[in-house]
Amino acid sequence: MTNPLDSLYTELVIEHDKRPQNAGLREPFDAEVHHVNPTCGDEITLRLHLDRDDRAGGSLRIRDISYEAIGCAMSRASASIMSDLLIGRTTEEALPVIEHLETVMSSRGTVEADEELIGDAVALMGAAKFPARIKCVLMAWKAYQAALVETQAMGER
Amino acid sequence: MTAPFHPTRPFDLESIRRDFPILDRRLDADTAMVYLDSGATSQRPRPVIDAEVDFLTHDNAAVKRGAHRMAEAATDAFEHARTTIGRFIGAPRSEEVVITRGATEALNLVARSLGDGDDTTPAQLRVSPGDEILVTEMEHHANLVPWQELARRTGATLRWIPLTDEFTLDLTGLPSLLTERTKVLALTHQSNVLGTVNPVRELAEAARAVGALTVLDAAQSAPHMPFDVSELGVDFAALSGHKMLGPTGVGVLWGRYEHLAAMPPYLTGGSMIETVTMDRSTYAAPPARFEAGTPPVSQTVGLGAACDYLSALGMEQIAAHEQALTTRALEGLSGIDAVRVLGPGASPQRSGAVAFVIDGVHPHDVGQVLDSLGIQVRVGHHCAWPLHRRYGVTGSTRASFSVHTTEAEVDAFVDGVARAIDYFQAASR
Repeated sequence: MTNPLDSLYTELVIEHDKRPQNAGLREPFDAEVHHVNPTCGDEITLRLHLDRDDRAGGSLRIRDISYEAIGCAMSRASASIMSDLLIGRTTEEALPVIEHLETVMSSRGTVEADEELIGDAVALMGAAKFPARIKCVLMAWKAYQAALVETQAMGER
Repeated sequence: MTAPFHPTRPFDLESIRRDFPILDRRLDADTAMVYLDSGATSQRPRPVIDAEVDFLTHDNAAVKRGAHRMAEAATDAFEHARTTIGRFIGAPRSEEVVITRGATEALNLVARSLGDGDDTTPAQLRVSPGDEILVTEMEHHANLVPWQELARRTGATLRWIPLTDEFTLDLTGLPSLLTERTKVLALTHQSNVLGTVNPVRELAEAARAVGALTVLDAAQSAPHMPFDVSELGVDFAALSGHKMLGPTGVGVLWGRYEHLAAMPPYLTGGSMIETVTMDRSTYAAPPARFEAGTPPVSQTVGLGAACDYLSALGMEQIAAHEQALTTRALEGLSGIDAVRVLGPGASPQRSGAVAFVIDGVHPHDVGQVLDSLGIQVRVGHHCAWPLHRRYGVTGSTRASFSVHTTEAEVDAFVDGVARAIDYFQAASR
């Protein structure tokens, strides 16, 4: 008999929770943000390092995402999978990934995740059917977005 | 003083459970609902639900205004509930029972009013620069943040009684914390996380000796043990309807009449005035002074019925029932190595909130596994973040018991905790 919990805690989630990728805070970085989930007290500190890539038309390429995450299996796995997925992409390339992820997560399970687009993050999408866990999954991604905004604000100064 | 209550029905768990229609709820075809989150919101027995429905069906109208018979009927029902609530908490006068929207509003009412006095306000009821407000490290945010804000508004200093490693108040430093500078001692009767029952009577006496007011957060205690404001010797007490088998949206502030009569109002508006002219107003006597606007009438009627329900069962019997469940839960959890309970061992000073952490499994994940088994528990910091920080954790999992909780439910919970650990530590995963 399959355990319904396995749709939430997929093998990939458990693996990333136990062996988080890119964890720890590293230098250099362009922006650092600290996000807290006020309902459960979970925290993430996330650093973003970008580089202008002339071979990609001057796009900003994500060179590093480093982080320290205190939280549940879902939030830790989400940070780990996100860093794996986004490091090496340009910020423009990351955009549709995040957009799709948010769409699936807010759909209560009615929108099927596109694995081609979001890769391993598909393993997190079981949370869409567990409304209380959506915040856990989105926390790292929101932190990335906030860090990106911060680097842009710095660029304008 | 009111006469002590005598239970009017036997504590028969099966018949009690039949009073709670929600206990028949199934989460899915194979999963019965095991409700172990009464500390967050309690379930309502049929007499409480019926009282509200009956009131709305027969007597609903605006209270305390209008001369028609419906207004009278509604006012009678409302005031009857106030009297019932007052009797339940041992209030010497029912005018000391202020109906609020909840315990949070009751605590904010006191904290706000104590900072709003002027030269006409007795010094005891006016917090000023240089004064101190003493709280404890185990407070729910509802009995911490209002005092932080009062300190900020008035220039007073906030201090707190720390916690011991044994999950009790550390009273060794009390003489230097509770001094003639202390205006207010605000503390919880019973921790919503640790289950610790504080020595309120002794602390209120110590506060009175230095001229400080004692404000008691009784949201967690009143539904679970004999509760009498006169016996405790406090100056104010806050209660929550929905934590004592009653409706949401209603709570109680009890305060000594002489205090209430001398305090400036909190919310202002209709129903709380004596006279109004274009440039100023004078205010009604308590409790009306603190009940601006239309009160939560049907909820108050429901809360009166909840007090009657609890009284009929007997608070001693309820306390004994929940003690036994707590002892069983603590014994069960002690058999699981990875579990660390946040709270003291079983004793009469230990109530039925059982919070714990598991090495390597986050509370959210524990709660998820328990939920998959139908067991409804609270996870997170339970609005007591400083307490969790004190014990080096960001959150915990908490089971909390009520009159309808069974030993079998406690056993299912303990078993569920063990299964949660297995799930996350299974070798194959």
